[in-house]
Amino acid sequence: MTPNDIRATVLRALGGVAPEADLKQIQPSVGFREQLDIDSMDFLNFVIGLHKELGVEIPERDYPKLSTLQGCMEYLTPLQDVQHRK
Amino acid sequence: MADFVMPKLGADMSAGTLVAWHKKPGDVVRRGDIVAEVETDKGVIEVEIFTSGTIERLLIQPGESVPIGTALATVREEAAAMVGMPSATPKPPAPVKPAAPPTPPAPHVPTGEIGRVRISPSARELARKLEVDPSTVQGTGPRGAITREDIERAAAVRAAPAPAAPPLAADRLTRMRQTIAAAMTRSKREIPHYYLSTTIDMHHAMTWLTEENLKRPVTERLLYGVLLLKVVALALREVPELNAVWADGQVVTSQAIHVGVAISLRRCGLIAPALHDTDRQSLGELMGKFRDLVSRARAGSLRSSELSDPTITVTSLGEQGVETLYPIIYPPQVAIVGFGKVVERPWVADGQVVARPVITATLSADHRVSDGHRGGLFLAAVDRLLQEPSKL
Repeated sequence: MTPNDIRATVLRALGGVAPEADLKQIQPSVGFREQLDIDSMDFLNFVIGLHKELGVEIPERDYPKLSTLQGCMEYLTPLQDVQHRK
Repeated sequence: MADFVMPKLGADMSAGTLVAWHKKPGDVVRRGDIVAEVETDKGVIEVEIFTSGTIERLLIQPGESVPIGTALATVREEAAAMVGMPSATPKPPAPVKPAAPPTPPAPHVPTGEIGRVRISPSARELARKLEVDPSTVQGTGPRGAITREDIERAAAVRAAPAPAAPPLAADRLTRMRQTIAAAMTRSKREIPHYYLSTTIDMHHAMTWLTEENLKRPVTERLLYGVLLLKVVALALREVPELNAVWADGQVVTSQAIHVGVAISLRRCGLIAPALHDTDRQSLGELMGKFRDLVSRARAGSLRSSELSDPTITVTSLGEQGVETLYPIIYPPQVAIVGFGKVVERPWVADGQVVARPVITATLSADHRVSDGHRGGLFLAAVDRLLQEPSKL
């Protein structure tokens, strides 16, 4: 999966929890909560969305790493590389 | 024959617009079936029926706006339908199945009977004064009892001109704000609030939750908010007078505990639907239903019983950084519980000052129904239950 694929997947999962959001306007380094007014339930659904799309099991302690688009890319890209090598 | 009526889905809902029928004449309906969609100031709501039988006639067409209590359809009730069925061999009526959840509260209220009409004495007296025939009024009180408000509404409807066309969707936010304003104004005007708060050590609850979530797949993980909902529900068993509504000048306690959960609709207002039988669900079940409820609330597909059944409300602004809330009771409920943000604070445990996650729990309660002493016992129960999360 290319970084662009991962980015698209993250945005799709975000769109699932905040369908009213304009995802083209997402700033990579600003927190989703601040930009999209999402809460912990939305964030959990976002993580579940990533799990379903990418097949990755994300432990709760890693949630803070997924708080921005940039953080998601940095966290998920190596995981996808590992999965790909398997 | 029974009427399927425009339900009252909020303290200050006076009318609703029929959006669509899900059934047609001749369709068999069971208690709990979704029969219609109705638009209110809080969005489009799926309306359930609480009578089993056969739809006889649809009296209102989609697009029509009618006052609450107006008959939308007639239903031939199950027993009557059986009598009318051609049958070579007479059979005893089929047993009525037990009510499927969601269960509406079944509080006790003293009412008089006029034929088959359930009406309290004061409402009957008001009906006489206002020259309203109670047999033409749809009761919105417990078990369909007619309240003074029902009589006042019937008198007003009789005198009022035909309802105006429903406002456009673009006005919905304004209408929701107006609805919230009306409910909160009524609350502050009529309910003598008292407020109590306590700070609760969340060390055990948060530690347990972290360990529990390690065992769970991501799809079944719990949020700490679910623990808060469960402890409120269990604490209500100990102080049941807070699990009630104020109706017709008196408190009506509910056997069932249906905690209403305040859900932000993201810049589009607020709604507080019920998680039915909150005290009887496991944490996993509660989490699943909570997720579903939030999702449907934001998608605009709540059910009528979820809006009409809450017996208390829980609200939290912790994620917005608020440490202490002073919430306003949502009438006709008699209490609301607020939770703030979980924050690290110095805490004395076993004689040592340690850093602990703590939360401030606040109770706003109706002084007509309970006193600070009982409210204090409720908050103490919430605190005690949170110290043993594995037992929830």
